[in-house]
Amino acid sequence: MTAAPPTATHPEPDAARLPAPAIRLSGVTAGYGERVALEAVDMEVATGSLLAVVGPNGAGKSTLLKVMAGLLQPWWGEVETLGARPGRLAKRVAYVPQAEAVDWDFPVTVGDVVMMGRYPALGRFRRPGPADLRAVLDALGQVDMVEHRGTQIGRLSGGQRRRVFLARALAAEPELFLMDEPVTAIDATTQEELMDLLETVASGGRTVIATTHDLACAAARFQTVLAVNRRVIAHGPASLILDPRLLAETYGGHLLTLGGQTVVLDDAHHHEERPGQMHYHEEAPRRR
Amino acid sequence: MDALMEPLGFAFFVRAMIASVLVGVVCAVVGSYVVLKGLAFIGDAISHAAFPGIVAAFILGGSFYVGAGIAAVGTSLAITWVSRRGGLRLDTTIGVLFAGTFALGIFLYSTIEGYVGDLFHLLFGYILGISPEDLVALTLLGGTVLLVVAVLWKELLYATFDPLAAAASGIPVARLEYVFIALVAVTIVVSLQAVGIVLVVAMLVTPAATAQLVTNRFSRMMLVAVLVGSGSAVVGLYLSFWFDVASGATIVLVQTGLFAAALLLGPKSGLLARRRTAGSSAPRAAV
Repeated sequence: MTAAPPTATHPEPDAARLPAPAIRLSGVTAGYGERVALEAVDMEVATGSLLAVVGPNGAGKSTLLKVMAGLLQPWWGEVETLGARPGRLAKRVAYVPQAEAVDWDFPVTVGDVVMMGRYPALGRFRRPGPADLRAVLDALGQVDMVEHRGTQIGRLSGGQRRRVFLARALAAEPELFLMDEPVTAIDATTQEELMDLLETVASGGRTVIATTHDLACAAARFQTVLAVNRRVIAHGPASLILDPRLLAETYGGHLLTLGGQTVVLDDAHHHEERPGQMHYHEEAPRRR
Repeated sequence: MDALMEPLGFAFFVRAMIASVLVGVVCAVVGSYVVLKGLAFIGDAISHAAFPGIVAAFILGGSFYVGAGIAAVGTSLAITWVSRRGGLRLDTTIGVLFAGTFALGIFLYSTIEGYVGDLFHLLFGYILGISPEDLVALTLLGGTVLLVVAVLWKELLYATFDPLAAAASGIPVARLEYVFIALVAVTIVVSLQAVGIVLVVAMLVTPAATAQLVTNRFSRMMLVAVLVGSGSAVVGLYLSFWFDVASGATIVLVQTGLFAAALLLGPKSGLLARRRTAGSSAPRAAV
């Protein structure tokens, strides 16, 4: 299956027999200022999916997540998140930004950050109670970070930071996880463990949508992939992403084929973790 | 002991002490968020923007607090609105409004015939001249700010640390931004009489920055900032009484001294502390 024609509303053949989709976009065009980041996107994500969003830098992966989360109003088109206007059911959605989106020198501990996941459900006047503390410890246990709960977040490695962000999302007990680069720039062990966890989440009927630069990980560990480059190039089973023609269409000039192996030249620096390095040289998060 | 008790025999000194401690506490609480949000420059702009309001209040015979409050809150909301709309960089917008509003104050001031007396007090503060009515107004305004922060504590923290995730989880980040900037404006109005337009930003930023150097949890940072803010108010006021020097400036100098001490001796940045882990970088003190 390659690019869905504009008329097709169900890119996944089995979408029809599943319950209401977690996400539905039709004719969505979005951008920043004058710049178009996404164009005429039609797609549905079935509840319980584990979906990787892939594409080169500036392809609109992060924009897509922001539109789904209600953080960015599309210029045109319709968006339904959990069957409602994005932002309407915000407490049932956990959005995890790129690691660069926050200041890691901020004076909070690991436990404090994960507790933030509980704040929205608490409402305005209630303070966190024993049930919230249990949820925080449970989430920290799932990402194997309980013993670090009193550590200031700036002292964590890149992998540990991703674990903490995932724990905050888990503590919120959402139905939909929207994660921007959750397994980027981390060591292989952490990547495997976090993917195991996301797999468990999805098999429990919750929906996970994650952007990633890591095509090998997308192909091996996700159920489905969405290839974007401003438009949807393809949406289908994860193995799809290994098709050279599809890769060429998604990544354009950023591909190099060497003896039957295809290498994406887009983003050479994101795989290895550099201990002690505070900020990665990813594209800066666009905050307005 | 006498040296400590003697000034307390003067009603004006007691009023000044209560006022400056209250200002120290309110500024430290709000300032903790200001420092982490990187809004120090906005604090400076809002305090200068209060100037035309104060002068207009004087000309029209209105209240100092009403005049300063309208001007400060109005300008702060204008800055937030313009910056959210985009098109111009935030520091550019602030620079324009900062200078423009202050110039308007000077302009209005120059129209008052033969009135020169209080300019120095407006610019640099005159806490010893605080009236009982001023103290009531100050307590009400300061108490309101503390109450609002107490209610919005966790939402403000989440929105400050990770505005995207907070907004996506349903916390009204944009509205909180307006509420917070209005709190900054009211805090500045409360502090004007103590330290004056030019030095207000120090009350807001220095105790919180000092606290950030020595703590790594937000609740403790706020507590340390409150101790630094109120403690330096007490010490500064006594020093200014004993040596007969400007009170606002003395308070700010005590705060600056404490900041320097934390910078030199603090566990995170101190020259005495070793750089133990490569992963911990110097804290970003927004001064």
